[in-house]
Amino acid sequence: MTLRDTTSLSQAATQADVYLALRRKQGRRLAETVIRYTLLACGLVSILTTLGIVTVLLFESFQFFREVSVVEFLTDTQWTPLFKDKHFGIWPLVAGTFLTSAIALSVALPLGLLSAIYLSEYASPRVRSVLKPILEILAGIPTVVYGYFALLFVTPLLQKVIPNLAGFNAISPGIVMGIMILPMVSSLSEDALHAVPRALRDAAYALGATKFEVSTQVVVPAALSGITASFILAVSRAVGETMIVAIAAGQRPVLTLDPRGPIQTMTAYIVQVSLGDTPAGSLAFKTIFAVGFTLFLITLVLNVISHFFVRRYREQY
Amino acid sequence: MTVHLMTTTAPTNVTDLENVAVLKAQNVNVYYGTKQALRDVWLYVPEHKITALIGPSGCGKSTLLRCFNRMNDLIPNARVEGEITYRGQNLYDPDIDPVEVRRRIGMVFQKPNPFPKSIYENVAWGARINGYRGDMDELVERALRRAALWDEVKDRLHDNALALSGGQQQRLCIARAIAVEPEVILMDEPASALDPIATLKIEDLMRELKERYTILIVTHNMQQAARVSDYTAMMMLTEDGRAGTVVEFGETEQVFTRPRDPRTEDYITGRFG
Ligand SMILES: Nc1ncnc2c1ncn2[C@@H]1O[C@H](COP(=O)(O)OP(=O)(O)OP(=O)(O)O)[C@@H](O)[C@H]1O
Ligand SMILES: [Mg+2]
Repeated sequence: MTLRDTTSLSQAATQADVYLALRRKQGRRLAETVIRYTLLACGLVSILTTLGIVTVLLFESFQFFREVSVVEFLTDTQWTPLFKDKHFGIWPLVAGTFLTSAIALSVALPLGLLSAIYLSEYASPRVRSVLKPILEILAGIPTVVYGYFALLFVTPLLQKVIPNLAGFNAISPGIVMGIMILPMVSSLSEDALHAVPRALRDAAYALGATKFEVSTQVVVPAALSGITASFILAVSRAVGETMIVAIAAGQRPVLTLDPRGPIQTMTAYIVQVSLGDTPAGSLAFKTIFAVGFTLFLITLVLNVISHFFVRRYREQY
Repeated sequence: MTVHLMTTTAPTNVTDLENVAVLKAQNVNVYYGTKQALRDVWLYVPEHKITALIGPSGCGKSTLLRCFNRMNDLIPNARVEGEITYRGQNLYDPDIDPVEVRRRIGMVFQKPNPFPKSIYENVAWGARINGYRGDMDELVERALRRAALWDEVKDRLHDNALALSGGQQQRLCIARAIAVEPEVILMDEPASALDPIATLKIEDLMRELKERYTILIVTHNMQQAARVSDYTAMMMLTEDGRAGTVVEFGETEQVFTRPRDPRTEDYITGRFG
């Protein structure tokens, strides 16, 4: 019996023969080592990049906070670093980001989860094999296209329904951003639902459960950690989304939760300054690092919270 | 060799069972796509008795079991032909709702498959979705007691069910099935993943359960069939080896001591295959 390139040992084999047969092969050991360190290097690239970004953010933010106090940053209600009368209160930008993200998520999460449940539990294999790729194409549309779609199509449409809706507003890019994130939520949640073992569904059906009860009370809870992971990604994408809000939300940092008027998000502000003629090294320029750092902290906190949420509520099968 | 059960009339030795049968399969054919899995199957399942289904692997025991609570509906390309009745009602009539069928004809699977929820919730869930309005704590305790699991879990009802041992999980699955108060419980090799002691526990349990429920059990274990069942149906592949059928059905004692079909004798005495 030859399994690999080794010859089998006969009854008469001496210990030396056995040693030769079982000894580590030099070439194999070297190859293993090379593979191992190559993979390690690949992993290190992403870790080092992240570390680099965080370091730059921290360093530049530190420079900024030497000139502007943290207290002002957190208590002032105006954000006007580019004007003569400078104010450095972060809240208008935070509010803008919060507003557009909340609108986007209230579109993307429920619709994404429902369509995932449909695809995984209700759709026939044929329907799923058609719908899933279509959804994934949606995810491939460049965000700039979504941005103009919001500005030129959705906003005029909404203006017919919502009185006093400004040409630049939070609601239209919010909704479009939700549509942009939806395929990701749906696709990832569907993967999680699909991975739930059949035995669990069978157990539920055998108790006289309807398809709806099986889907919502057995399959969804069992897939909760995967679903939550897709939600976390959705939140991160909404908070970090730049193009759509830069194009369609206006560029006016006002502290408001009224979605009908123009606002500015943290990301849109960063683009505005980095693409504008603000001289590098000036205080106004350093603001973008402070804003970027705040964005980073917010995402980090969200991730930590959801991590604990998943640990607390998941049903592991 | 012709086998009397492969005709379209019931075997003579069991016609007297017809009147006490809760479930009847008559002339049943099952196909998976184009492949036939069961051919001309007859089976009566008498009330408040344990009926065992035995036979070699792949002869369609699980398939037949799933016909009785319409679990085959969940397999995309499965097709069931023939008449399967529950107290005279054809379960495959277009007006029949499989959800209602499964409420009354429960099932325990080969591999324990508790929900990844608490022990309490595992038992309560089925009752709740079926609209149970009474005292849930009481129901959970009663079901767990009947499944001979109460003493082992009463102090940790809110722990995750997956922390239980395999044998405990299987008894939990039985408790879960009991909690919806079915009339019939179908069991597909419920003890095959368990050690001898846990197996004996499940067998004791079945003897108690038959007071209230009608049980149809698939087993690979001849001694188990001989020990617990009142009636035994022997399944085999047909001569051409393409589909399974019931070759012998009768009182367990008779099937084991005086089988009518030589193939049953071969199988029981271990001379088969
Ligand atoms: N979902 C399915 N799709 C296609 N064929 C199937 C399916 N389930 C079972 N079969 C086929 O039907 C036949 C009967 O299978 P079944 O599982 O009922 O046998 P069984 O007697 O329960 O066997 P075992 O004792 O090994 O559990 C087998 O040939 C099997 O390959
Ligand atoms: Mg089987």
